Amino acid sequence: MNLDLSSRTYIVMGVANKRSIAWGIAKALDEAGASLIFTYAGERLEKNVRELASSLQGEHHVLSCDVTSDEEIEQTFEEVKKISPVIHGIAHCVAFANREELEGDYMNTTREGFLLAHNISSYSLTAVAKACRPLMTEGASIVTLTYLGGERIVKNYNVMGVAKASLDASVKYLANDLGAENIRVNAISAGPIRTLSAKGIGGFNDVLKQMEEQAPLKRTVTQEEVGKTALFLFSDLASGVTGEMIHVDGGYHAVGLK
Amino acid sequence: MATNQERIAKIVSERLGVDESEVKREATFKDDLGADSLDVVELVMELEDEFDLEISDEDAEKIATVGDVVDYIENHQ
Repeated sequence: MNLDLSSRTYIVMGVANKRSIAWGIAKALDEAGASLIFTYAGERLEKNVRELASSLQGEHHVLSCDVTSDEEIEQTFEEVKKISPVIHGIAHCVAFANREELEGDYMNTTREGFLLAHNISSYSLTAVAKACRPLMTEGASIVTLTYLGGERIVKNYNVMGVAKASLDASVKYLANDLGAENIRVNAISAGPIRTLSAKGIGGFNDVLKQMEEQAPLKRTVTQEEVGKTALFLFSDLASGVTGEMIHVDGGYHAVGLK
Repeated sequence: MATNQERIAKIVSERLGVDESEVKREATFKDDLGADSLDVVELVMELEDEFDLEISDEDAEKIATVGDVVDYIENHQ
């Protein structure tokens, strides 16, 4: 039993730039010898993803996938099938909410903004799991990224927290649907990391400071640390783990009052 | 050692794919240099790293031109 993932192929969704948690996961998978298929949404991110992917040592492909469209998801997975008829896992690192709804009162969320956040950040996991199911014939591991804001009140996280709660519940139901096929579904709840997405949340610099002061490890965590935990979940070391949420947050989730 | 203006021009030109000669003081990020809102956030992060400082959300919103960035860096270093 080891962390050698050579001869396995994983899909990594949601790399935006070198700071992305998805990129930390991709690097860990690449180092373990896995072949990777990246998906991106929009031309703007395509260039970033292609540039980053070209720095990897292993085999990799880059495909477009707008997760708000069932047709596009279907097309993407037709392309995936041509590249690799068997998929061993998916890193789902996709989320979006309107920036103006990531500050102030949660109650001001519009119906449209609520649905948008849930569509991209939560339903996409279910849609992708469904589309990939026929390719996950040798057992597989799906890992998504969630955040404490789905379990507890986190200032400014607002509608994204509600969408993460929906995502967390989806992880459990998907784990149940897919368990008989030896497909595991888990979430990593990463502590705040200085990514492009995180910077869109109001007052993010203060959140990092609070982590450094209050988290048991007295520091923030890195993309690489999330990558290592993802690698564990993708590997056979985690063969008995599904429907689980692992906090990679320096222990911050365990803190009550300090 | 490159001047602040040169360091900023390099970051902006790499991030936005424009020639360094276009990164003039009066150039606006959105209209003249074609930056979208994500570009602006990425730029702010690159600048924070390059100059080892923190640009608050409020200050970041006020940045419109290359000159604004140069002045901000000069005032906060």
